[in-house]
Amino acid sequence: MTHAVTMPALSPTMTEGKLSRWLVKQGDEVRSGDVIAEIETDKAVMEVEALEDGSMSAIHVAEGTEGVKVGTTIAEISNGDSDASTPAPVAPASAPAPTPTPAPQPVATPAPVVQAEASVPAAGVINLTMREALRDAMAEEMRRDDRVFVMGEEVAEYQGAYKVTQGLLDEFGHRRVIDTPITEMGFAGLGVGAAFADLRPVVEFMTFNFAMQAIDQIINSAAKTLYMSGGQMGCPIVFRGPNGAAARVAAQHSQCLASWFAHCPGLKVVSPWSAADAKGLLKSAIRDPNPVIFLENEILYGQSFDLPDDDDHTVPIGKANIVRPGKDVTITAFSIMVGKALEAAEELAAAGIDAEVIDLRTLRPLDTETIIASVRKTSRMVSCEEGFPFAGIGAELIALINEQAFDYLDAPVARVTGKDVPMPYAANLEELALPQAADIVAAVKATTWREGS
Amino acid sequence: MARSPRKASAKSANAPKPIKRSPGRPAKNAVPDVPDQDELHRLYEQMLLIRRFEEKAGQLYGMGQIGGFCHLYIGQEAVVVGMQSMARPDDTVVTSYRDHGHMLACGMEARGVMAELTGREGGYSKGKGGSMHMFSREKNFFGGHGIVGAQVPIGLGLGFAHRYRGSDAVSMTYFGDGAINQGQVYESFNMAALWQLPVIFVIENNQYGMGTSVNRAAAGRALADRGKAYGIPGMQVDGMDVLAVRAAAAEAIAHCRAGKGPYILEMQTYRYRGHSMSDPAKYRTREEVDTMRKQHDPLDQLKEIMVDQGVSDEAFREIDSKVKAVVSDAADFALSSPEPDPSELWTDIIIENSSHTPTEKGAA
Repeated sequence: MTHAVTMPALSPTMTEGKLSRWLVKQGDEVRSGDVIAEIETDKAVMEVEALEDGSMSAIHVAEGTEGVKVGTTIAEISNGDSDASTPAPVAPASAPAPTPTPAPQPVATPAPVVQAEASVPAAGVINLTMREALRDAMAEEMRRDDRVFVMGEEVAEYQGAYKVTQGLLDEFGHRRVIDTPITEMGFAGLGVGAAFADLRPVVEFMTFNFAMQAIDQIINSAAKTLYMSGGQMGCPIVFRGPNGAAARVAAQHSQCLASWFAHCPGLKVVSPWSAADAKGLLKSAIRDPNPVIFLENEILYGQSFDLPDDDDHTVPIGKANIVRPGKDVTITAFSIMVGKALEAAEELAAAGIDAEVIDLRTLRPLDTETIIASVRKTSRMVSCEEGFPFAGIGAELIALINEQAFDYLDAPVARVTGKDVPMPYAANLEELALPQAADIVAAVKATTWREGS
Repeated sequence: MARSPRKASAKSANAPKPIKRSPGRPAKNAVPDVPDQDELHRLYEQMLLIRRFEEKAGQLYGMGQIGGFCHLYIGQEAVVVGMQSMARPDDTVVTSYRDHGHMLACGMEARGVMAELTGREGGYSKGKGGSMHMFSREKNFFGGHGIVGAQVPIGLGLGFAHRYRGSDAVSMTYFGDGAINQGQVYESFNMAALWQLPVIFVIENNQYGMGTSVNRAAAGRALADRGKAYGIPGMQVDGMDVLAVRAAAAEAIAHCRAGKGPYILEMQTYRYRGHSMSDPAKYRTREEVDTMRKQHDPLDQLKEIMVDQGVSDEAFREIDSKVKAVVSDAADFALSSPEPDPSELWTDIIIENSSHTPTEKGAA
């Protein structure tokens, strides 16, 4: 019988990959466990093993082909087994990307090329993925200032668990790109001590979920010491890494911790959506004399954006960005939710509702001026975030509107948030738990009295 | 442990008494050179300054002038004075909340420390940190940390910074027997050994983590051995004997400066007072405390040596009155310095970015 070899999913966020190399050719005999191909995901090059004994009866996808969708039949193995025709899946030969397990998964958002800023200078625009933009930001700041170093799990030799630090070790060496043991509290504290001594650590958490191990150092040591020292001891450190839901990695690896950190005086908290902002804000964060929590998003890492081709492109911390002007309703969002808000805005436009979308970009200090001005104009607001509703960023925004724009409101402010449950694993439940563009559309319609009235 | 042949040694060789744990590796070398008279004077004066300062702090606490937690260092003076007497100004220091002695030993002004205790504008942190949170960049004193054990990775980071800059300075990282069971201490041991960072982990084993005897809290043998799995050399030291502390400091500092990685010193010491001002210390007997005070007091021990060397009563009286004057001046200052201005509530939260004004190129 013939077994189909399909393009495997090799990471939680992989939807397609490049078939970089065949290690067998048509007609070759293979045994179960033999490495037959190499596939390049957005994170790594992975070996693929045969799961059947037999001969390579067909190779359907030539090596070097990019964008091969997960599930595509790439080859066939024939043998004399039972005549039932069953597909023969392949398995990765080595452990996949270090955090999550490989699983086919629906990616929450497609990866469109997005025009991030309306007015990126026409001269010198480049298109980069989020991970490349973040890497460039670190590399540029490391070239600029010898005090800047990058530390974390798998940041050096492995080139980053999510490949955000790819190439840094080659350029800057082991002195400045430092693989740590799995010891979050220890290396977070080390970073704080080094920052007290006026170095400029960039500490990567493989994901922010693991920053919970280190939260005492972040809050009690990094955030408070300037105050407790009467202004003597600053802590110029950046804690960065992916925050929020990835895909199909369940409750301990999928949560938005933005409101945890935004709660605390002494920290700055940044959570960009576009690659241009991510690069500009990360550079500002590294130059900032304060501790900065820099919340990235794993699903955005592979998305491409236009950004200025400028190695001194910075974006000020503390300034929101109106990514879509409108007059009927204000939608606030940050990180991955900005994309969903824009998607919702398009749909709303078709229904005759002109939404203004604000990318908060920084959560502390919050750009209250931009938010309030917008709400005074539109008289309606919907706050979007991936995190839990209770005591979340949206709760804070509603308090803000209450205090500063109450009289301008024509409707109660609505929140679109993650559901108040630990993130489930099952694909359908996960989708229900996460806020979607459709939820934003529904909330806006309710706020503008277009639904149920 | 091996010691210099001098009168005090026979008695303190067995010190300190309350330790019932099986001993770890004793300090092997530790034949402390008796330093010259000037240095002995300095050591004595510094220990006395800490003693009198802490007594005064206790008094002011009783008068309601110092609030909150106040952890006195009385009894442990030899540890920090001995250690810091061997350090260079560019070596960094970080410690726990029992920190007044460390600040004085680092050369910080008694006035500023006492005024911080009273929560006044003239304090090192403008009254915003208090007893547990004081810092001096100028003196390379990095606090003063209130969370048990949290200063240990910070000390590791200071050692990392020394190495990063290519300096042979050393990070003096002090913590107590209470902190020794915190996980982050071992995270720090591991990285310090892995990267051979110049960190001296000074365990001030005063026998009690708050009210719990170290024997009820710490499994295994000597705390000095806690780095064994990481290959970190450790030494138990009579922390009541300032000269033994100096000898141990010399060895550990030389080791770190030579790039051989971290070192653990377990200082066996004793605090005479409770854990904090509100601790009645019912978990130990009066006899135990009295025995330590009478037989192992760091000031008495050093004084005995100095007397043997012919230092006169007159000279001791001079030191006494000099120290008293410093402490009484500090107390006066701490009581007369005004409370911080209410506007201070809102300062020093975030450093305003005066030097860095990023422009958002091309953005609307």
